[in-house]
Amino acid sequence: MSNKNIFSDPLINNNPVTKQILGICSALAVTVKLETALVMSISLTLVLACSNFLISLLRTMIPSKVRIIIQLTIIASLVILIDQVLKAYMYDISKQLSVFVGLIITNCIVMGRAEAFAMQNNPIDSFKDGVGNAFGYSIILILVSIFREILGSGSLMGISLIPQSIYDMGYVNNGLMLLAPGAFIVLGLIAWVQKTVTGVTED
Amino acid sequence: MEVLEHYLSLATKAMFIENILLSYFLGMCSFLAVSKKVETSIGLGLAVIFVNGITVPTNWVIKNYLLNPGALSWLGIPGLENVDLSFLTFITFIATIAAMVQLVEMIMDKFSPKLYNALGIFLPLIAVNCAILGASLFMDERGYTFGETCVFGVSAGAGWALAMITMAAIRYRLKYSNVPAGLRGIGITMILTGLISMAYLSFSGINL
Repeated sequence: MSNKNIFSDPLINNNPVTKQILGICSALAVTVKLETALVMSISLTLVLACSNFLISLLRTMIPSKVRIIIQLTIIASLVILIDQVLKAYMYDISKQLSVFVGLIITNCIVMGRAEAFAMQNNPIDSFKDGVGNAFGYSIILILVSIFREILGSGSLMGISLIPQSIYDMGYVNNGLMLLAPGAFIVLGLIAWVQKTVTGVTED
Repeated sequence: MEVLEHYLSLATKAMFIENILLSYFLGMCSFLAVSKKVETSIGLGLAVIFVNGITVPTNWVIKNYLLNPGALSWLGIPGLENVDLSFLTFITFIATIAAMVQLVEMIMDKFSPKLYNALGIFLPLIAVNCAILGASLFMDERGYTFGETCVFGVSAGAGWALAMITMAAIRYRLKYSNVPAGLRGIGITMILTGLISMAYLSFSGINL
């Protein structure tokens, strides 16, 4: 696989969320607003890139019997770093993200990439693979959150987009988008569009 | 009686109103991967209830007697009153879960091979299931007492299992319906989950 593919493949064609069905847990919970989705994407990118790099560096030293525990320890340490930084500099957002920063540890993308890619490839390629997959995840996260924030609260990044005159004509925000079902349905529709565009079908 | 009532309302809340899968999206990965067959979903569901019922209280004990600010004061050693180890929460929780899963697997293998054969393949999967770590983190964030923690752990697991079995049953019927080609697989599953989640929302009107 050429270098370009390692990075670009997970963005659309082999997207970790809609194609490989990984890491959906946190993808949906933080997407009520674009701001939290952005912070979550950045956190995941850092964790995934660093963990892939570190695990790949250590891959010849990790005994295969205890590799899951070692991978988890590396990932958990990185997540603790991110969590402490968020608590120190972005306290409000870290309160909104609540347990979901901690849940990056069990995010299947991180473990999945460590297991499937970093254990077999060199550190540089693993780093690229980590960044690529994290971007694939971020694209979905940002798309879902844009839909949910515009339809659910009529704003983007907290700035109101829909003019008052439309509300006066009787338009109301769709409250369902702020609740859990909205997230599921938006993601389902995005997966539909993506599959139709890339032309990959399954039975 | 009042205590019992309190626990009962907490259990209902964790199972239906704030279902860990349908309103907090935890454990989606294994949910999507395993909910293709009813039998396997029941197996994994039981395993999650079991492991949650053990790990959440264990994590409570660790958090309250080792990690919280000043939690070490029960040792009676001067100078330990002000130690704050709470930054270690994540790594301790995940280590406890991994260790507990391993322990449960070994005990089960030794004393109940039948149960081990039924649940065995699911146990390693559970160590990285967000529903387990999520339940522990919620327990910590909401500041439950020990009794509440035990009830919450089991009922959060039960809520997850319930959602999973519902989904498996629906997916089984889905085989006979004509879904648009691009929507097959994850697309229709997500939309169905959204509909189930909407149905669970109606429980939120219940006041206990």
